[in-house]
Amino acid sequence: MWDYTEEVMEHYRNPRNVGKIDDATAIGEAGSLSCGDALKLYLKIDENNIVTDAKFQTFGCGSAVASSSILTEMIIGKHIDEVKKVTNKDIADRLGGLPPEKMHCSVMGHEALENALSHYFGEETAESKKDKMVCTCFSVTESQILNAVKENGLKTVEEVTNYTKAGGGCGHCKGDIQEILDKYYNKRPQVEKSQMTHTQKILKINNIIENQISPELRKDGGDIEFIDLDGNKILVKLSGSCSGCKNATLTLKSFVETTLREHFDENAEVVEV
Amino acid sequence: MDNKIIYLDNNATTKIDDKVLEVMMPYLKENYSNPSSIYSFGGITAKAIAVAREQVRDFVGANSSKEIIFTASGSESANTAIRGVLEADKTKKHIITTQVEHPCVLSLYKTLEKQGYQVDYIEVNSNGELDLEALEKAICEETALVSCMWANNETGVIFPIKKISKLIKSKNKDTKLFVDAVQSAGKIPMDVEDCGIDLLSISGHKFHAPKGVGALYVKAGTMFSPLIVGGHQERGKRAGTENVAYIVGLGKAAELAKESLGYEATTVKYLRDKLESSILKSVFNARLNTAVTNRVPNTTNIGFEYVEGELILLHLSDFGICASSGSACTSGSLEPSHVLKAMGIPFTALHGSIRFSLSRFTTEQEIDSVISVMPIIIDKLTKISPFQDELAQLRAHKT
Repeated sequence: MWDYTEEVMEHYRNPRNVGKIDDATAIGEAGSLSCGDALKLYLKIDENNIVTDAKFQTFGCGSAVASSSILTEMIIGKHIDEVKKVTNKDIADRLGGLPPEKMHCSVMGHEALENALSHYFGEETAESKKDKMVCTCFSVTESQILNAVKENGLKTVEEVTNYTKAGGGCGHCKGDIQEILDKYYNKRPQVEKSQMTHTQKILKINNIIENQISPELRKDGGDIEFIDLDGNKILVKLSGSCSGCKNATLTLKSFVETTLREHFDENAEVVEV
Repeated sequence: MDNKIIYLDNNATTKIDDKVLEVMMPYLKENYSNPSSIYSFGGITAKAIAVAREQVRDFVGANSSKEIIFTASGSESANTAIRGVLEADKTKKHIITTQVEHPCVLSLYKTLEKQGYQVDYIEVNSNGELDLEALEKAICEETALVSCMWANNETGVIFPIKKISKLIKSKNKDTKLFVDAVQSAGKIPMDVEDCGIDLLSISGHKFHAPKGVGALYVKAGTMFSPLIVGGHQERGKRAGTENVAYIVGLGKAAELAKESLGYEATTVKYLRDKLESSILKSVFNARLNTAVTNRVPNTTNIGFEYVEGELILLHLSDFGICASSGSACTSGSLEPSHVLKAMGIPFTALHGSIRFSLSRFTTEQEIDSVISVMPIIIDKLTKISPFQDELAQLRAHKT
């Protein structure tokens, strides 16, 4: 059972401004049926740039409907300049907060609003701009991830998944999301492996082990610790149920080494110490 | 929360039968001895466990009560069975299972794959029925284990275990068959001997025993290595002082479940069918997500197109109705049910799938309440959906 606030429950039980505006000035869409949630937002904007009416249609869970419903209440009667400033965080805050795993519902509301405003100003929408697709399962682009990171101060891949759904399907893009985060927080261009300093390499290996390898091993009661880097040899120590496990060598070669080769250096060799 | 609960989520867990709780109580209070103790006070609990073991033996149709091991859950039983067989003969590295197994089994196979095992996942058709030809083809000299559920938790579809066993043994008599019977126990008759099963797991809380107790059947003569090592309990196959009261409860629940199989096949089935056919008739965007026949009598899975499952559950909950959904949103994972996906359920209905699972305690009055409420909820929720044109087409098609 989700720990929904009273506001969230009130809004999915009695959603406000449901429906379609036939002569809408702007329409914004976000999400898709196959992804599990979709939102259509209709705006009526007058000649003074005031949002005089807003309506929505949502396919989604309780928090998706609540986010859409509260959003319409937040923008009706407001000037476009004010409406532009609404963030996904504002939507979640007005609902008294959303469970972390449901924050993507507020992001979807915000995206539909942005797309509606782009439509109104005759701009290209985020989707039609040339933008790198990061998560193919849920069609999440690099700029969508960056926006969520900037607006909400996201620090981890898991947080990015909670806010944008990226990485929540097959999980293949988790490495790319990590890179987007690294790039954003280091604020420096990605260095080629050959140009990386020893410290940078160590940081990178540590990152891969902490975020991609260790969580998998922990599921089986084991763990791994990064000890040192010696040439292309990555020295690690296995602990928990991995240490002394007969299958540890297999795990090291078939999982740890493969992952590090894929994300760090194709010549990497993993050695247990 | 409303006091009046209509509980139609019995594949998730069940209420403890009063008769089960009653026989458990003395072992939570005055009869607290360790069954391994030598004095006669210890004998009281040892005897109680022996009775429970006999009740479970009878329930699964085993030859000897020595073939029954008590565990703490269905997941423990499954893990013990799978690891136990593989550990006993490490030369064979091939496993066959299905795409629709319970996550507790599937995630173990994902782990085993990383450890060098090759696992084949057999597909199901749109009715949720297993591709037996593919299964037969997959069996080879190297196959250590075939792991297959008896009934699926989400759709209730029953797999033909006896046929599967014959297929396996005709191709490789050394291959072991492990059956996850957690969802069939108490719903359909089980006979491990007749069906040719080597290992079988059950979980107490799915048939009106408490949570925290399960059992594993291991056919005599099966090479098997224990998962939990330490004491001599369970004939060395599962260490740890016996959870006496819960084991006693499991035994009683098994006895009661066997007695009520006839009721399941008639009354429970009648109520399930009434619920199912009424909803399919009265709700225009409802579709059946499972085979019509070949199902356990208590389960139905209905997809409501263009409406999201969690939202349906939240509205049902406002009427005190408990059900569950294959929708992504309810579980916290972002992906919808792997079972419904494997069946190729269209994505228009995938996210709006609701499972109702009844029990022998379900009343006709409760079913009638759900039948009357369902069209009201779906009518409200379709109005919110952005797919009005598609819904209008469905409605026109229905009428």
